[in-house]
Amino acid sequence: MNTFRIGGVHPHDNKEFSAHKQIAAVPLPQKAIIPLVQHIGAPAKAVVAKGDKVLVGQVIAEAGGFVSAPVHSPVSGTVAKVDATTDAWGLPMPAIFIDVEGDEWLPEIDRTADIKTECTLEPKKIINKIQAAGIVGLGGACFPTHVKLLPPPGKVAEVLIVNGVECEPYLTCDHQLMLERGEQIMLGIDLVLKALGIKRAIIGIEKNKPDAIAHMAELAKKHPGVEVKPLALKYPQGGEKQLIDACIGRQVPSGCLPIEVGAVVDNVATLYAIYEAVMKNKPLISRVMTVTGKSVKNPGNYEVRFGTPLAQVIELAGGIPEDTGKIIGGGPMMGRAMQNVDMPCNKRVSGLLFMKKDESVRVEPENCIRCGKCVDACPMGLEPYMLAKLSAAQNWDKMEQLNVMDCIDCGCCLFTCPSHRPLLDYIRYGKGKVGGNIRARQMAAQAAKAAAEAKK
Amino acid sequence: MKLIVAPAPHAHSGDSVRKNMLNVIIALMPAFIVAMIAFGWGAVITTAVSVCSCVLFEWLICKFLMKERSHVGDLSAVLTGLLLAFNLPCNLPLWIVVLGALVAIGVGKMSFGGLGQNPFNPALVGRVFLLISFPVQMTTWPRPLGFSGSYLDAETAATPLYTLKNAIKAGDSSILDELPTLWDSFSGMIGGSLGEVSAIALLIGFVYLLCTKTITWHIPVSIILTVSLFAVVFAAIAGLPVCTFLGTTLCAGGLMLGAIYMATDYVTSPMTHCGQIVYGIGIGLIVMIIRCWGAYPEGMSFAILIMNAVTPLLNMYIHPKRFGEKKK
Repeated sequence: MNTFRIGGVHPHDNKEFSAHKQIAAVPLPQKAIIPLVQHIGAPAKAVVAKGDKVLVGQVIAEAGGFVSAPVHSPVSGTVAKVDATTDAWGLPMPAIFIDVEGDEWLPEIDRTADIKTECTLEPKKIINKIQAAGIVGLGGACFPTHVKLLPPPGKVAEVLIVNGVECEPYLTCDHQLMLERGEQIMLGIDLVLKALGIKRAIIGIEKNKPDAIAHMAELAKKHPGVEVKPLALKYPQGGEKQLIDACIGRQVPSGCLPIEVGAVVDNVATLYAIYEAVMKNKPLISRVMTVTGKSVKNPGNYEVRFGTPLAQVIELAGGIPEDTGKIIGGGPMMGRAMQNVDMPCNKRVSGLLFMKKDESVRVEPENCIRCGKCVDACPMGLEPYMLAKLSAAQNWDKMEQLNVMDCIDCGCCLFTCPSHRPLLDYIRYGKGKVGGNIRARQMAAQAAKAAAEAKK
Repeated sequence: MKLIVAPAPHAHSGDSVRKNMLNVIIALMPAFIVAMIAFGWGAVITTAVSVCSCVLFEWLICKFLMKERSHVGDLSAVLTGLLLAFNLPCNLPLWIVVLGALVAIGVGKMSFGGLGQNPFNPALVGRVFLLISFPVQMTTWPRPLGFSGSYLDAETAATPLYTLKNAIKAGDSSILDELPTLWDSFSGMIGGSLGEVSAIALLIGFVYLLCTKTITWHIPVSIILTVSLFAVVFAAIAGLPVCTFLGTTLCAGGLMLGAIYMATDYVTSPMTHCGQIVYGIGIGLIVMIIRCWGAYPEGMSFAILIMNAVTPLLNMYIHPKRFGEKKK
């Protein structure tokens, strides 16, 4: 069975807690807090002010540049203030606070359950609609989707790769979305194929979701050019570069984007959002997230409007379990441990995972025994033990030579280390330093060039 | 509610140093059982003394010299003791065994800073020290008589490798008639160090190590293939019967024990698979050069120690294949 060729690990998938739980809607909050930074790129700029009345789906902040995304109001009501709030890690971020009144939507949004299959829009119009709907990659990176659909000059897209892998343990929202809204995802795929002017799409799904593979393969029969590829179970198969390797056997070179090998990758949740935006005029105002953990009372998959306090979602899932040691936004491999749950739900949060106290504390590290298991596990073909050692010795140049910038933060090295060494912590630190050095060099080169031109 | 905050990943494979060491110890058990059948109480007493003194020395050095928490619980000292015993004749005076353990743990491991820091395989450091210091005692091999024979005044026998060496020196293949049958060599009813005699028991352990993913195939297979190829060519040129020569080379002496359990020591072998193959080929070549032309009939310990010294170089120059790397 297909999978990516270098490294990888096999964490216990722990998906049984929330798998096959029907997607449930979370009730509207009384006060919504909508962050303006919910994507990679420039922050969105607020276009409403205190006292403004807003409807569901109305633009409340416009994109701050090409690589950015607008933010739409997920609720109707009155803007209370535009102010800073703190995220779950204590960092300040700008946000719009709305007092919710009723649930009135913009009239052009189609809220019926009908499935619309006919699309007469030109490719350019489709991309414009996706951009205007504020759609970003919902797999976790939140990269604005329209940017991917407009390949830079000289690059040609050949195949759309659909990420239905969900390789993070515990998370099941994409799985459930494929089961419940598979047809809409297929229509989303058709739209993206049309927008890119290509004919072939491959949906990669790991074999721990046999029902999703069967369901999507059945639906794909009616969509020419779309094919389902069952993949062997291995983390981090949902990583963009790993998924492309697993699906079409091409490896994106170091420092390049997927388009370099003719691939565009989109998550199933993103494609569902694209269908809703293009066919039903509904901007991105909600997402499906998994709330799970070994002691959670009602683990499940919840559809949440952005701006809803996470505490409200947690309440629905049965509250915070008593033995909780860590709350993680996302999955256990790449998710972030949160300081509190005061944060509102946003485009980034694909799941909430409650880990028990005894699983939350790291084991005391021992000496490196040079077993080489981290080298075997690294999906980018790096040498984590060496990079960690160089980082501890602050040897940034050597780290750069050994391609530390290729690291995708997947955590396989730390996961696999028998000595429990904090390899990725060291590597991340070094990566920050090396990245800074590279940017400084580029800026110095630009400045020198500008100075030389000024002299002429 | 106080929440724990730490960077990702928040999951771990559950692997530990102790688990890996325990797996190697388990893998060595079939060989230990054969050693008991072949050498009786001698095997049990030598092993017990070696293991206990290794653990004791490590604990004492941690406690009184390095003044830090002892790491005896990670079982690496137990493994060193076991491997050292497996490399000794079973009737070796016990004070020599204790001395070997002291050199293995004290000089071979702790003087470099403990587990993970030593450049050479500690058990082999101990063994080679004894081989050079007590050449007579270290090369007097008791016959495999099981529990029936007397432990200290056991009858001694020439090892198959010694016979092989004589045949090579004399260039006379009739000497090879003195060799035990290949089945005896394979199953372990031959003279030799106590843990190395049974190729089949060692291979059973190898399968266990592969199944538990404790080691990969690269080092043992590259050593065994190199040695086989060398042996076939050498026998053909020297006019010795190829099958007998090859079989004895592979089954007798420390080749299997060294290739599967000593050369694969995590700390002293290369990190990348490509490096491991180069390392394995190096060991295979050196051991055959010593066996065919050197003064000793056996060369596995020296071969591994020499390649241990090359390991840092291999780590520096051989890197794994990167994702998306184009062939030049």
